[in-house]
Amino acid sequence: MSSPLQPLPSSNNSASNSSRREFLKTSGVAMAGAGLAATLGIARQAHAAQNDDAIRVALIGCGGRGGGAVLDAMSTGNNIKLVAMADAFKDRLDAKYDDLKKAAGDKIAVDDDHKFVGFDAYQKAIDSGVDLVILATPPGFRPIHFNAAVQANKNIFMEKPVATDPAGVRKVLQTNEEAKRRNLIVGVGLQRRHQPGYLEALKRYKDGAIGELVAARAYWNGDRPHATPRQKDRDATKTEMEYQMRNWYFYVWLCGDHIVEQHIHNLDVINWFKGETPVRAVGMGGSQVPRQPGDGEIYDHHAVEFQYADGSRVFSQCRQISGCWGQVSEHIHGTKGAVHLDAGANRYSVNVNGGEAWNWKNSGSGPMPNPYQIEHADMQAAIKNGGSYNEADYGAKSTMTAILGRLATYSGKEISWEDAFNSKLSIMPTEFSWDAKMPVNPGPGGMYPQAIPGLTKVI
Amino acid sequence: MLTLVYHHARLQLGAAVAFCLLANRLSAAPPIVEMPNSTAATAAEMKPYTDVIGGTDVKFEMLPIPGGKFTMGSPESEHGHKPDEGPQHEVKIEPFWLEKYELTWDEFEVFMFTLDIDRRKITSQPSTDNDKLADALARPTKPYTDMSFGMGKDGFPAISMTHYAARMYCRWLSAKTGRYYRLPTEAEWEYACRAGTTTAYSFGDDAKQLNDYAWHDGNSEDSYHKIGKKKPNTWGLYDMHGNVAEWVLDQYIADYYAQFKGKTAIEPLAVTQSKFPHPVRGGSWQDDAVDLRSAARKPSKKEWEATDPQLPQSVWYLTDAEFVGFRICRPLHEPTAEEKQKIWDAGLEAEGEGGRIIWPNGEPPKK
Repeated sequence: MSSPLQPLPSSNNSASNSSRREFLKTSGVAMAGAGLAATLGIARQAHAAQNDDAIRVALIGCGGRGGGAVLDAMSTGNNIKLVAMADAFKDRLDAKYDDLKKAAGDKIAVDDDHKFVGFDAYQKAIDSGVDLVILATPPGFRPIHFNAAVQANKNIFMEKPVATDPAGVRKVLQTNEEAKRRNLIVGVGLQRRHQPGYLEALKRYKDGAIGELVAARAYWNGDRPHATPRQKDRDATKTEMEYQMRNWYFYVWLCGDHIVEQHIHNLDVINWFKGETPVRAVGMGGSQVPRQPGDGEIYDHHAVEFQYADGSRVFSQCRQISGCWGQVSEHIHGTKGAVHLDAGANRYSVNVNGGEAWNWKNSGSGPMPNPYQIEHADMQAAIKNGGSYNEADYGAKSTMTAILGRLATYSGKEISWEDAFNSKLSIMPTEFSWDAKMPVNPGPGGMYPQAIPGLTKVI
Repeated sequence: MLTLVYHHARLQLGAAVAFCLLANRLSAAPPIVEMPNSTAATAAEMKPYTDVIGGTDVKFEMLPIPGGKFTMGSPESEHGHKPDEGPQHEVKIEPFWLEKYELTWDEFEVFMFTLDIDRRKITSQPSTDNDKLADALARPTKPYTDMSFGMGKDGFPAISMTHYAARMYCRWLSAKTGRYYRLPTEAEWEYACRAGTTTAYSFGDDAKQLNDYAWHDGNSEDSYHKIGKKKPNTWGLYDMHGNVAEWVLDQYIADYYAQFKGKTAIEPLAVTQSKFPHPVRGGSWQDDAVDLRSAARKPSKKEWEATDPQLPQSVWYLTDAEFVGFRICRPLHEPTAEEKQKIWDAGLEAEGEGGRIIWPNGEPPKK
């Protein structure tokens, strides 16, 4: 039924869970292992005088998800302190500080000197003596912030997606090689990978329950997450950069379009089960709901067929149109049956030859723990105990998968992974300032141009 | 007006409260949109009627429920009885209309997605006075994900809304129609569910018959179902037992009935003061038979929004309550504008209190 925050799962066989159990056993005990020293050395030394065992956190990006991620990190029972915050906008930062203070009290230990505002705020927060940074700005900034955090030897939790264009994905993969060399802990907010229902279903799939994968389906069909424009009408924003950043969801360089920003969750599940990424994609999409002046450039629907190297196909839909068929789920079809996964409704099942062979609810495993909590608990266990923990490679590849889908729908062409991944395409502004030249600007009447399949060249 | 609507659609609660001051003035007396059989001066004149959400094709049916007295709660001897269902006590209820079915997505999405406004824009229809009043009220922010969780929309009950959202729907609908709609009180709900019976269910005590009347854990196949597919109770109300559990107007207070021991409670209402807990009644497609009993009460919990990934958490949606819906009520004797206002505004500020952490051990971890 509900997904209570507690207790942490104990009836689960996954490796990540056993490490969590291990951690919970030792939590609170003073840690002095070599692994810990290797991971936390620099940050720890900086805080030797603090004389507590808190994991000190900086939040970069003070939106709804950033605030949620801080509370998720604090919900594990470990000693977590938020000590620095950064956002491009002061009003956003101040509002989030108040929200967090109200929700978590003393755990929010951010004094005014550690509230950083502006385009370079991220660097100041990273450099403010923390053990862990949470990267939760609009995804277009992620490659830059990830790189800065790695260069500064920080452990990192970053929200999905991790980029909005192929150049960004390449940058994240390249940066991650350095992160791995430095044995930094890197978590990515694809929480389905930590969800016991998914892990149990995956185990059964890997054990051959449904035979060979033939095809898969993935959906994120729902309403638009925000009305457009989301905040601040044009008159209240001073520059085009401010307007786009305050309405980041509707600009491709910031958000990636909703196929990248949301549907990545479902596409990542397919890649995860499949164990690889697609080789090409075709698709169609567009913007059906009439747009108003000032609305951004993203589509409101995409339907993509991804092809994998063995010829198997994945059919993907994402739609943000009110009053239509709703569905957010993944389905893997094999030669003997199918796996059905639905995180929203908490349904996870394996069907073999038409009959249900397993489902989470009837398996006696109890209520589903909160995956947002588990992903942080797993990560904190690695921070405390040492050991390798890095999710950025698959986070980047699933981001690229979703970008490939967008390139297919925007262009109307068949696009190969290779061509897309290696493309020179960069959709980011060349400079980050309030009066920077923007990659997209409104036309006459305040309407932003959208991609036109068949005409728009995407790579 | 459009600018106003745009802004208002996204108002968070604090601002909504401030805005209500303006809305108060606007909504003092919305014009009544005439609808056949919908007016009555006395209980005897009350008839079933169909109402329409202005500017759309969406209809809903209201049934007259005669006033009377009944015994609320269950005896300790009843199978499944819980302490919060006692002591049994007499309650006096005034006549009202109650929605024949659970409220559907068809109805709720007009409010949730401003489909009425969109439709006016597309068809270039002018706003009526009722539209103007309704448009001035707060509407839900857009949900993060599909709130039907793939279980179906057309003709299916709406779910996952907060108590606040259900109340705001009623307020909005009152402006649209000019008729005063609200959630039923917990007492009205139980009175209507029992339909004159004193047994565990409105059809008797035998849970084996439940399959004829209700969708529950044993027959729902892990999903809610279209409204009205099972037998109604003797007053013609469908799905009072099962399908989705239903919000009522009150705050949940476990020992609320104690004060009425040996007395007659007149139209009791525990006025809303905080976001949690509120009672839901009737049980749902996820519940066992005993939880579908006429007297069964379940308090809402913070856990019902546990996986809302945002801070602050939504004041409109409960991410983990895919078993909660509601139906609407209309009292024959309308309260004064001032009394209505009290009901609309009760607990508003507290409802906005999203985002509190539930610590694993009930309190922040000690150093």
